[in-house]
Amino acid sequence: MGWIGENLGSIRSLQTRQSLTQAVNLGLVVTSALILWKGLMCVTGTESPVVVVLSESMEPGFQRGDILFLHMNQDPIRAGEIVVFNVDGKDIPIVHRVIEVHERQDTREVDVLTKGDNNLKDDRLLYPYGQLWLQKHHIMGRAVGFLPYVGWVTIIMNEKPVIKYLIIGALGLMVMTSKE
Amino acid sequence: MHSFGYRANALVTFAVTILAVMCSLASLSDNFNVPTPTADVKVLNINWFQKQPNGNDEVSLTLNISADLSSMFTWNTKQVFVFVAAEYETAQNALNQVSLWDGIIPSKEHAKFWIHTTNKYRFIDQGSNLRGKDFNLTLHWHVMPKTGKMFADKIVMTGYRLPEEYR
Repeated sequence: MGWIGENLGSIRSLQTRQSLTQAVNLGLVVTSALILWKGLMCVTGTESPVVVVLSESMEPGFQRGDILFLHMNQDPIRAGEIVVFNVDGKDIPIVHRVIEVHERQDTREVDVLTKGDNNLKDDRLLYPYGQLWLQKHHIMGRAVGFLPYVGWVTIIMNEKPVIKYLIIGALGLMVMTSKE
Repeated sequence: MHSFGYRANALVTFAVTILAVMCSLASLSDNFNVPTPTADVKVLNINWFQKQPNGNDEVSLTLNISADLSSMFTWNTKQVFVFVAAEYETAQNALNQVSLWDGIIPSKEHAKFWIHTTNKYRFIDQGSNLRGKDFNLTLHWHVMPKTGKMFADKIVMTGYRLPEEYR
């Protein structure tokens, strides 16, 4: 009897140790992802350093599911740049090109008009009624780099939540059952 | 150690790493290309020139745009977006940039072009400052890659002037 009890004890301590290691590993993965994201925010100076293109308004340059890397600094906005902006009353940021800029002499404030390359008309229809221009505070960043297709992962996850839960479940199961 | 999951993980990680390296190399190779574009824009006619009821000047132009942008295309170029903007300074604004025409060049074969057009977007000032105004016409381009960093630059053409009177 004593022999069995001894063994059981050692197995129990082994299991605690193993599950502790797994918990620490999981924590490391989560925190390093968070550090990477926050670090990118600091380096690029924008709240969302990476955006996924959701609409067809910039085709054929940017297609649905492409990824854009954003950057924001104190350089003034100029015509031709592709900016990501938020209009009041809409949650989803829009990626369009600047086609008109008016920069004030005294305050250096800018009035900006945007348009999607694939749209026929400029964006005044997207702005709230009566708003003619975007100002600096609407603009989250300008697009500097481009990576095709990768954004499909997030689009699929957002449109089919079942797949998202399946993936999270499978990953969780793997973390819990894996040894080493 | 040699389970199916372990091998699949190693394979996917390796494939993604190689893909990422190749994408960065493709983007970096764009830096070796030194483009030598040429452009010429002529204002053929002032179609009309008036003050809108809200007090802003508006002008309609006929333009002749010719350019050769074929030296911009590399193997990593998806398309080149090109536009012509009127740029000028007023008492109120340090810089006004108004896009007049734009186009998408899908391939090197189409990069040498010539177009005769009226302004595609309305040329409206903020205020009434356009009479007798000197302005620049700037040909901007934006190289959109298949993957990686985007490039942009411009050619400034000076010496354009709007008429003294509305017409």
